[in-house]
Amino acid sequence: MNKGECAEMTLLIQAGVDGELAPAEAARVAAHLDQCPACADTESQLLALSGRLRRELPFYAAPDALHAAVRARIAAAAPAPKVRSPAAPVWRRLSWRNVWPVAPFGAGAAVAAVALLLLLPTGGGLPDAVVASHVRALQPGHLMDVVSTDQHTVKPWFDGRLDFAPPVKDFQREGFPLTGGRLDYLDERPVAALVYGRRQHLIDLYVWPEEGRPDVAPTSDSRNGYNMLRWRQGGMMFWAVSDLGAQELADFVRLWRAA
Amino acid sequence: MTGPGLTEFERVVLPHLDAAHNLARWLVADATLAEDIVQDAALRAFSYFSSYRGGDAKAWLLRIVRNLAYTALDARRRAGTTSLDDGTTADGEDHPAMQVPDAADDPEASLARREGFARLDRALATLPADLRECLVLRELEELSYKEVAQVTGVPVGTVMSRLWRARQALMQSGTEGRAP
Ligand SMILES: [Zn+2]
Repeated sequence: MNKGECAEMTLLIQAGVDGELAPAEAARVAAHLDQCPACADTESQLLALSGRLRRELPFYAAPDALHAAVRARIAAAAPAPKVRSPAAPVWRRLSWRNVWPVAPFGAGAAVAAVALLLLLPTGGGLPDAVVASHVRALQPGHLMDVVSTDQHTVKPWFDGRLDFAPPVKDFQREGFPLTGGRLDYLDERPVAALVYGRRQHLIDLYVWPEEGRPDVAPTSDSRNGYNMLRWRQGGMMFWAVSDLGAQELADFVRLWRAA
Repeated sequence: MTGPGLTEFERVVLPHLDAAHNLARWLVADATLAEDIVQDAALRAFSYFSSYRGGDAKAWLLRIVRNLAYTALDARRRAGTTSLDDGTTADGEDHPAMQVPDAADDPEASLARREGFARLDRALATLPADLRECLVLRELEELSYKEVAQVTGVPVGTVMSRLWRARQALMQSGTEGRAP
């Protein structure tokens, strides 16, 4: 074979390996390969390399926590809630409708149905998921969706974005200032995450509704050096997680429950 | 939590989140940065979604990821926070060179322990960024030439020649898959 023809063949051989040749071109390439050992060798090297790349190099699928975080942040960025529950308590509809263009839907029937599907607070991998979410949020560059030390800013921010109204409290004077909030995703549902500071530490307080369930006193847990306290109060589930010591976290929870 | 746009976005774009993460991870060679890029890319894609007019959603998302990845690498390089050595592409453009992923401290890369992987991985890592991205898009993301062109913003002919140069480099570095 003459060199000119082989040079012209190179990209066509590659295109054949990549499945990009039309039948007529493929036939022309095949005819050349039949008679040209050098080009046939090129083709087999390309095929072998392609096989090795696909077999041996990792495909980095997105971790579950990233899938969840993306969904939560997109949900937070979306303009309006999906479900408007007709069963929303009248008092809540009345109290917010005139204030907020997007009527928050109360913790109604739809939410109660979702709550039935939730794991029990002690169950499964939820502690791991809570810690993973907290750790992710600590990473540099991770954004808070709403940065404010004013509970009267943080609370309405959630109201347009969640199907429940998380209670928002500030403990600035007690040394646990509210620093903001974000939407997160736990147990296959969007939850509110309130962020509090304590010296250089952060506390994430995750809140979601568990309507019609009895109050439960705080239970502590820890994972990988992070302390957790969870409790149920007034039909809401709370998980506090931080790298603070267990005692200080318990102080925070005591304040919260008493306020 | 959703308008009609969100449901559609979840159906059309979110299935490509794994592909987005894989590309980001290969482009920046940093697990944390890759995740941040994917989050930003998804949010951006969502905010641009009203201007998305159908077509190839995967290539559309990967283009956003790719551009954010280079912006992030560039910012990091300018901040001088890493030891990235400045690479020059085969086209003579200035591109951030990539770090060789350290498979040893990366639990995701258990494959690294497989014979031959480290060598192939390393050879891929030392390619100029524009060649490497073409190869990753073609071989790992399994995009067509046309889609690779769409993601990288160059003509199909350029994609073909970059792919060839990338493969030549790998074959010449002795990592080609000839039967032992
Ligand atoms: Zn030939």
